[in-house]
Amino acid sequence: MSMNTQGRPTGTGSGATASTSGSSLLPNEPLLFEIGDTEHSGVDLPDVAVSDEFLGGFKRKLPLELAGLTEPEALRHYVRLSRLNYSIDSGMYPLGSCTMKHNPRLNEKMARLPGFADIHPLQPVSTVQGALELMNELAHWLMTLTNTAAVALTPKAGAHGEMCGMMAIRAAQAAKGQGHRNVVLVPESAHGTNPATAAFLGYTVKPIPAREDGTVDASAVKAALGPDVAAIMLTNPNTCGLFEPQIIDIAKAVHEAGAYFYCDGANFNAIMGVVRPGDLGIDAMHINLHKTFSTPHGGGGPGAGPVVLSEALAPFAPVPFVRKGGLVEHAEDHHLGRICAFNGQMGMYVRALTYMLSHGGDGLAQAAKDAVLNANYVKARLGQVFSVPFADAGYCMHEALFDDHFLEGTGVTTLDFAKALIDEGFHPMTMYFPLVVHGAMLVEPTESESKQTLDYFCEVMLDLGKDAKAGNAERFTSAPTRAPRRRLDETRAARQPKLKWERPVELPQAAE
Amino acid sequence: MRYLPHSAAERADMLAVIGAGSAEALFGAVPKGALLTRPVDLPAHSPEFLVEAHMKALAAKNHAAADGPFFVGAGAYRHHVPATVDHLIQRSEWLTAYTPYQPEVSQGTLQMLFEFQTQVAHLTGMEVANASMYDGSTATAEAVLMARRLTRKDKIILSGGLHPHYRDVVSTYLDNSPNLIPLPASPEGQGDILSQIDDDTAAIVIQTPDFFGHLRDVEKAAEAVHAKGGLLIVVVTEVVSLGLIEAPGALGADIVVCEGQSIGNSLNFGGPYVGLMATRKEFIRQMPGRLCGETVDADGNRGFVLTLSTREQHIRREKATSNICTNSGLCALAFSIHMGLLGEAGLTRLAKLNHANAVKLARMLKTVPGIELLNKSFFNEMTIRLPVPAAPVIELLAKAEVLAGVPVSRLIPNDPKVENLIVLAATELTTDSDIEMLAECLTEALK
Repeated sequence: MSMNTQGRPTGTGSGATASTSGSSLLPNEPLLFEIGDTEHSGVDLPDVAVSDEFLGGFKRKLPLELAGLTEPEALRHYVRLSRLNYSIDSGMYPLGSCTMKHNPRLNEKMARLPGFADIHPLQPVSTVQGALELMNELAHWLMTLTNTAAVALTPKAGAHGEMCGMMAIRAAQAAKGQGHRNVVLVPESAHGTNPATAAFLGYTVKPIPAREDGTVDASAVKAALGPDVAAIMLTNPNTCGLFEPQIIDIAKAVHEAGAYFYCDGANFNAIMGVVRPGDLGIDAMHINLHKTFSTPHGGGGPGAGPVVLSEALAPFAPVPFVRKGGLVEHAEDHHLGRICAFNGQMGMYVRALTYMLSHGGDGLAQAAKDAVLNANYVKARLGQVFSVPFADAGYCMHEALFDDHFLEGTGVTTLDFAKALIDEGFHPMTMYFPLVVHGAMLVEPTESESKQTLDYFCEVMLDLGKDAKAGNAERFTSAPTRAPRRRLDETRAARQPKLKWERPVELPQAAE
Repeated sequence: MRYLPHSAAERADMLAVIGAGSAEALFGAVPKGALLTRPVDLPAHSPEFLVEAHMKALAAKNHAAADGPFFVGAGAYRHHVPATVDHLIQRSEWLTAYTPYQPEVSQGTLQMLFEFQTQVAHLTGMEVANASMYDGSTATAEAVLMARRLTRKDKIILSGGLHPHYRDVVSTYLDNSPNLIPLPASPEGQGDILSQIDDDTAAIVIQTPDFFGHLRDVEKAAEAVHAKGGLLIVVVTEVVSLGLIEAPGALGADIVVCEGQSIGNSLNFGGPYVGLMATRKEFIRQMPGRLCGETVDADGNRGFVLTLSTREQHIRREKATSNICTNSGLCALAFSIHMGLLGEAGLTRLAKLNHANAVKLARMLKTVPGIELLNKSFFNEMTIRLPVPAAPVIELLAKAEVLAGVPVSRLIPNDPKVENLIVLAATELTTDSDIEMLAECLTEALK
């Protein structure tokens, strides 16, 4: 492993030290900078001479210190690293609010067609008519599924979509002479991006408490509405996994008070093809293509967060957008400007449309129904042992929520429980979210899981639940013991931040 | 439907366990009238080969960059991506992994991000880098907000060489604040940004190589803005340039943001791309986005975690440094693999090859009657002035399957000063015959 670095004074490598952990199939992998050096390269390129004539005196003097690997070394490094990751292809992610569903490989194949992958955002519009047609077709599917008037495709992720939607609301308020409205109502159960987005745009966040049954109280919203309120940001189905039963009343009250209704669409998977958010009175909603429409999470992005808009907000969409006859790239009248360079996440548009065409309108509705069926099945089976908050609220949507009441007195926390799930071969569920539930465990099985997988998951969960109650805390507090790493010291990471590789101080060596 | 595992019998069994009479009963909380009683008006599900045919027909209507001579740049560049990169990023364990919030089962992604942060820090010459942003333009806007937080001052000055889309994104993010001063476009590489700096200035933003291809004096800008207590933000839209051009960090930059697309990522009609952001160590607590840090596990083994998350929305909610959540993980992976394959030796050769081809392009353009080259300095991109408006010439050449660059009027409309300008780029993929063909076509078009 340290072969490259020995006797190469120009190298960045230090020689990796052997470690005691790991197994024969999951060896510890040194850092790129410990394997490679500055001379090795996995790319063959001619070494051409260049003069300084056009460099303006700005030629680089600082050493790059970038480690290089030959191709076989690189393959081995990244394949070995990959094996330290859990992934949807290797197992279920019961991660509430994340919709970790199957990522069809046809999507990947289509996104790599040269007609999509190898086109430049600024090449002549006449040479990219197929790309614009694709954007138009995706927009049609999104508007039809939501019954809305327009869609801003360019937001690069859910939070970026929230920002875009809230900017459209701010612009619409300003156009009505209502720019002084500076309050946004956000239920306490909301995802963290909602208050962060509102604050980012300069709004004051006014929290709305949840009702006993986990839903938003229409009368609390009405009481909070006033001439200073610009909008409400509401997630539906909400983060407790429940459909907001008073949502139409809430939308009506919001509109009567001169405010707009922003809906967080993170949970659209529960209702696509079954309920159209436009019918509920929403004005703007982002759709996470990387959740609902199966574009891969990729270890944390790239995402895509198109925002559907009501008639009232349609004139405030950002540029660029596609209109019959071409691409509109410059702001005219009310458009709020540009929120990113170029045309947004084309690679994600291709994948999402491929997924939609594969499912069809009927398949999307069936997927939503199966997602809801799966969550209720898990809730029904686990309800015998796990504690269910808001038990009176009836059926859940596509997420089943539990709290840590059943762990009282066991010495096991929600975190311990989740880490024990790792040892049983599952990724943990979402923990401690939503904040309105004590020690929350939010399980979203998605429609991709078979009954067999769900049954096995439930058996593992029930076994863990019984074991915790039986007093076997050690199994939980020491977990995980079978993962590539045991629990990591996050306090140390934060107190003494080490955010990049540093060349170790080398002992003096004899000259070669 | 091939993606849905349940049989009708299994669905019925599951409903029985739940105690629900039908699948529709599970949607009982939906207000009356809002539950659709018939399917949405969209096509029905479709076999794989038909979907593929549909998508291929759409793709076939586009002119791919490889289909002919190609000189389009202006913030996105066509480079060769080694086959190894795309093979690796399609491995299930990279492609279909979630954000690494559970470090015990995400060490692959986390170690890669740590390596990525190191690469970005070395490339830019800065002390620390984050785990990526959406793209260069949004990273620029976030850098501007970060500078305001750090200095507690408001005024932001944007160089006339900043990419017009980046300028527009910053304006949108700042809600067209009166304290945002975007200087007029400077196609000749001229700049009076230094004279605009005053005591209220939070930051100035300069791009190098700039939108028109000129290399800008970072050091002089740093001295001027630091003298007034402000910060210097340097934008790089072509990261390959850092293999040949001095690192902004070595010249006094406080925040460096880059569009990382050139390394590892395809053109993709504009996205997904990957934003890079690097800064000084003392500023990390005001830096947006995810950060990966080294630590140890319970057995004392080295491991990596997402850290300093008290800056982030999922912990701080309305007090977060940014609302950013998802970033550009897989594009960062592609960047990191490609950069790992290149290494210092490979990146240096790649940068020299880009510059050498650009020099050939510049020399050839000078031979075309009527064309004026505006650059005295450049890396792989330059601006020419035609005797006539540029947009129709670009369209004319596109008909001959030569994509000759970007007419500046496409990004800065209704400005007679830029109407005749074209920005063109050469990369390692540009051949001598591409350049000859461009020169011939331009000569013909300008006759």
